[in-house]
Amino acid sequence: MIPSSFTYKRAGSAEEALDLAAEYGDDAKFLAGGHSLLPLMKLRLAAPEVIIDLSGLRDLSYVTDQGSYVAVGALTRHHDVEHSEVLGREVPLLAYAAGQVGDPQIRHRGTIGGSIAHADPASDLPAVLLALDATLVARGADGAREIPIGEFFQGLFETALEPDELLTEIRVPKPASAGAWSFQKFTQRAIDWAIVGCAVQDGRVGLVNMGGTPLRAAATEAALAAGASPADAAARAAEGTSAADDIRATRAYREHLARVLVSRALTEANSRS
Amino acid sequence: MKVDLTVNGKDITADVEDRMLLVHFLRDVADLTATNVGCDTTSCGACTVLLDGESVKSCTVLAAQASGHEVTTVEGLATNGEMHPVQRAFHQEHGLQCGFCTPGMVMAIVSLLKENPHPTEEQVRQGLEGNLCRCTGYHNIVRAALAAAEVSS
Repeated sequence: MIPSSFTYKRAGSAEEALDLAAEYGDDAKFLAGGHSLLPLMKLRLAAPEVIIDLSGLRDLSYVTDQGSYVAVGALTRHHDVEHSEVLGREVPLLAYAAGQVGDPQIRHRGTIGGSIAHADPASDLPAVLLALDATLVARGADGAREIPIGEFFQGLFETALEPDELLTEIRVPKPASAGAWSFQKFTQRAIDWAIVGCAVQDGRVGLVNMGGTPLRAAATEAALAAGASPADAAARAAEGTSAADDIRATRAYREHLARVLVSRALTEANSRS
Repeated sequence: MKVDLTVNGKDITADVEDRMLLVHFLRDVADLTATNVGCDTTSCGACTVLLDGESVKSCTVLAAQASGHEVTTVEGLATNGEMHPVQRAFHQEHGLQCGFCTPGMVMAIVSLLKENPHPTEEQVRQGLEGNLCRCTGYHNIVRAALAAAEVSS
């Protein structure tokens, strides 16, 4: 399988990437690690006329301790997030979850920013960053703006990013209780997308693959805040979700999995704190 | 477009389509046919090569993305006619049956041992999550990885 024809452009800087995006508009797509976009292009589900390769933007690959939060450059690869000493210490949930994405080869190429901007509800990291209440930084021609992650995912593969905006940084607030986390996912085979997954941190619960967008288990969170036991709160994990019926699982089975995985996650997070 | 890759230490410049995948560049342009195309969907790992020393699936990398970078295929592992320790371990531990997955398995293990020279059996199994063997030869492949780690230590 090969993608349909396109013109390849490699940007040397964020400015150049934004200039190219402005020049080509809707015909262009940014390419980070390429492990979401290239498979879609090979299946001809995406056929951009211009690819703007961001791999030359080395200065957007970093993890730095900013005091109250950890800043992660959008082009930081999953492999580097997984092995980051700062994240291992301050936000172990993110470091662990990055190590659960795909397989080693995929983690050598895929980036955190690419995964978030792609906005696949079946991806692991969007749900993790929801549980961490991250803030995203996007850069456009008029400068940078911050987008709370709760406002970022707007529909299936749709985000709050404008076509001429580039996601540059993910800001992860240091959790109140960094140790009280859990990440669970249920897959048929090791490298598959999660049939359902969940991430827990500080009473927030992010769900993988339980609707058209990555989402939080609002009813579970409300129950926890009201003092419910983990078991009672987890029983409400599927409320307000809209999981798909597909070849891997029925909606009812996904709802069951959500309740089971959230229960396990809350128990694990509690045992760690 | 013009791409310029270093493959197994050799500089290769070629004019290719912008959409050419790295695996096709290796097989059809560089004439290095050990790297196999298996699933073609980033799942099976048969096309695994090293890009700047790290394992990647070459069916999901554009030749254009690899331009200016170093690629190593299984053909590039032996030095002075001596097999690489991972290749030797596959031979000694009978780490293959049909051999289709082998080039990818070997490259994935070379990358794994570079990152973690002394893996446990569980770490080897996790490190090979991205490589499928349909002869179900995993036990000997894992033994080969552990034997290669032993030899290299």
